[in-house]
Amino acid sequence: MSEPLLRVEGLRTWFPIRRGLLQRTVGHVRAVDDVSFQVPVGGTLALVGESGCGKTTVGLSLLRLVRPQAGHAWFDGEDLLALPPEAIRERRRQIQIVFQDPMASLDPRLRIRDAVAEGMHAFGIGENDSERTERVAALLSRVQLDPDAMWRYPHEFSGGQRQRVCIARALAVEPRLVVCDESVSALDVSIQAQILNLLSELQEERGLSYLFITHDLSVVRYLADRVAVMYLGQIVEEGETERVFAQPAHPYTEGLLAAIPSIDPAARRLRPRVRGDVPSPSDPPAGCRFHTRCGEVFERCTREAPRFYAVHDGGARCFLRETPDGATAGSVEDGAAR
Amino acid sequence: MTERVLRVEALSTRFPGSDGPVAVVEDVSFEIERGEVLALVGESGCGKSMTAFSLLRLVPRPGRIAARRIEICGRDVLSLPVPEMRQVRGRDAAMIFQEPMTSLNPVQTAGAQVVEAIRLHERLDAGAARRRTVELFDRVGIPDPTARFDAYPHQLSGGMKQRVMIAMALSSHPKLLIADEPTTALDVTIQAQILDLLRELQRESGTSILLITHDLGIVNELADRVAVMYAARLVEEGRREAILGDARHPYTQGLLRSIPGRGRRGEPLAEIPGVVPAPEEWPPGCRFTGRCGRALDGCATTRPEETRFADGHVVRCHVVAREAVR
Repeated sequence: MSEPLLRVEGLRTWFPIRRGLLQRTVGHVRAVDDVSFQVPVGGTLALVGESGCGKTTVGLSLLRLVRPQAGHAWFDGEDLLALPPEAIRERRRQIQIVFQDPMASLDPRLRIRDAVAEGMHAFGIGENDSERTERVAALLSRVQLDPDAMWRYPHEFSGGQRQRVCIARALAVEPRLVVCDESVSALDVSIQAQILNLLSELQEERGLSYLFITHDLSVVRYLADRVAVMYLGQIVEEGETERVFAQPAHPYTEGLLAAIPSIDPAARRLRPRVRGDVPSPSDPPAGCRFHTRCGEVFERCTREAPRFYAVHDGGARCFLRETPDGATAGSVEDGAAR
Repeated sequence: MTERVLRVEALSTRFPGSDGPVAVVEDVSFEIERGEVLALVGESGCGKSMTAFSLLRLVPRPGRIAARRIEICGRDVLSLPVPEMRQVRGRDAAMIFQEPMTSLNPVQTAGAQVVEAIRLHERLDAGAARRRTVELFDRVGIPDPTARFDAYPHQLSGGMKQRVMIAMALSSHPKLLIADEPTTALDVTIQAQILDLLRELQRESGTSILLITHDLGIVNELADRVAVMYAARLVEEGRREAILGDARHPYTQGLLRSIPGRGRRGEPLAEIPGVVPAPEEWPPGCRFTGRCGRALDGCATTRPEETRFADGHVVRCHVVAREAVR
C-alpha cells in the first residue's frame, strides 16, 4: 500500500479538570486516548462516533488548535505535532477544515468575496485583489453558486448555500486534506445529498483527501473508503467501508448500524442494541470502555482492556476478535503502520 | 364508529410580512383516530412545527390562527376560553419537544416538575403525586427512579431528560401526544431507545401520536399514516406503506431518493435541485414547481387539486392528476 497522506499514531489529547482556589488539576477528560489511523492520498477516512467520543478533538489536535499530550501525525513525512510554530502555518494551508454550522464559521459582517479571499490574502495566493476576486468568482461557480453572490453577506443565504461558501473558502488556499467536521449534519436531506455529491466531485477533480468526521453512519457509506469508529476517546473498530457495514467486528459498531432506522416499509425492525448512556470520559470504565453498554459482555471485559485485534483488512478492540493463535494486530500503532 | 382524537380542517397560520400576511401553514387538514400515529413530515421551515403549535393555540405573537375547525377529543379548540384551553393542554393533548434541555426548568428537580404537571390536572396530595412520578420514571425506563426524582436537569443525560419529558407528558393520561422531533437532538443509540419506548408506551396505553419529524426512517418505525408537508402545504398523505413504498408526489419521491446509505461509494446520490423557495417567491400554483423534474406548463400558476387513490392515499400534484385520468 502506498504511503498515506496522513498517518496518526498514538494521539492523546487530555483536558485537565481544575478545581478549587489554586486551580489544582484533579483529573483529566480523556477526550482522545491513544488514537491511530491513516488517511490515504485522494481518499476518505470517516471518523464516526456519538457526541463526546472525541472525534472533533482529533480534528482540532491535527491542526494544533488544541494541544495534544502525545502522539505523532505524519503528514507528507513531517510530524505535525512536532513542527515549530512557523512551520505549522504552511501546513494549515494544506489542511483545511469545514465545520458543521456555516453560520457560526462565517463572519456576519464580511462579504462572501472577502470571506473566501481572506485565506488567499493571508497565504499570498494571487497577485493582487482583482486576481483574487477572479479566483473567488471561479470558486463560487465551482460550488454551484452565482459568482455575483460574492457581494452579498452570509445572512442572505440558506444553510446549504453557506456550506458551499465554506467549501469554496477551504478550496481557495489549495489544500490537500480537508477535515469535514459534521459538515452536512445540520442540513436537510435533499440539501445534504447536494453537498455530499459536490464533495465527491471535488475529490475526484482535485485529488483531495478527506477526514470526514460525523455521527451519522449512513452518510459515511456513500463517501468513505475506510471507516474508524470511535467510542470514549478510542478507536474501537477500523476497516474498509463495505466490510464494516456488512460484517461489523465490534459490538458497538453493530449497535450503531442497528440504530439506523430503515425506510423500507417492509423492514420495520429497529431494536435498541446498545443499552444505557455513555459514561463520562473523565472516568471511563475499567477494562473495555464499552462493557457497561455491551450486549455481549463477559467477565474478562470488566477487568482487562482489549487490544486492537486484526480483523479482515482492519481491526477491532474487542476480546471476541482475539484469534486463538494469538495473531493480533498488536497495538494500534502496529495496525496503523500496515 | 372510530373515535377521532384530533380533527383539523383548513388550518392556516399567518404572520405579518412586509407585503401583508404570510401563511406559514396554509389550508392544512387532517385527522387522527384513537390509537393512531400520524407523522407530519417535511424539511426545516415547511410549517410542520407551527402546525403543532397551532393545534394547542401556542403560536407566538404576532402569528394568527384561522381554521374551519380544530377539535381535540371533541372539543372545539378555537372557541375555548383560556382557562379551559389550559385544561386541554396537558390533559387531552400533551407535547414533547426536540430540546429536552430547554424544555425543563434548570433550577427545579426533575421530579418536582412532573409533580407540578400532575397536580395541575388532578387533586392529588404531594406524597401521592411523588409516588406517581416515581412510577412514571420507572415506566419510561429511568434507572433508579427514586434517586433520579431529586436530580436536577443538568445532572441528567439528554436521553434521560427526554424520558423525564415523556413521563411528564404521560402523567395525565392524554389522548393525544404531540411529539415534535422527539429524538433529533439525541445520539443514534439513544434515539433507538427512545423510539422503542414511545412505541411500547403507545401500544400499552393506546395514546394517539402526532409525530413531527424530518426523518423518514423514524416515520417508518412509528407511524401508521404519513402526511408530507412542503412550503406550508400538505402535498401527499397516506398509509405508511403507501408513502414509503409507493410515493406519488415528486417531492416525496425526491426526499426518499436523497437519503444516503442505500447507495454505494462512487454512485452519486439523487438530489433535489435548488432550495426551498422563500415565502415571497412562492408561485401561485404548486410550490414545488421550481425544483420539480416533471413540472408541466400549468404547474406554477394553478394550485393542484387532490387526486385520491386507494386507502386514503391523497396526492396534490398536476402531473399525478393527469396520469390518473389517463
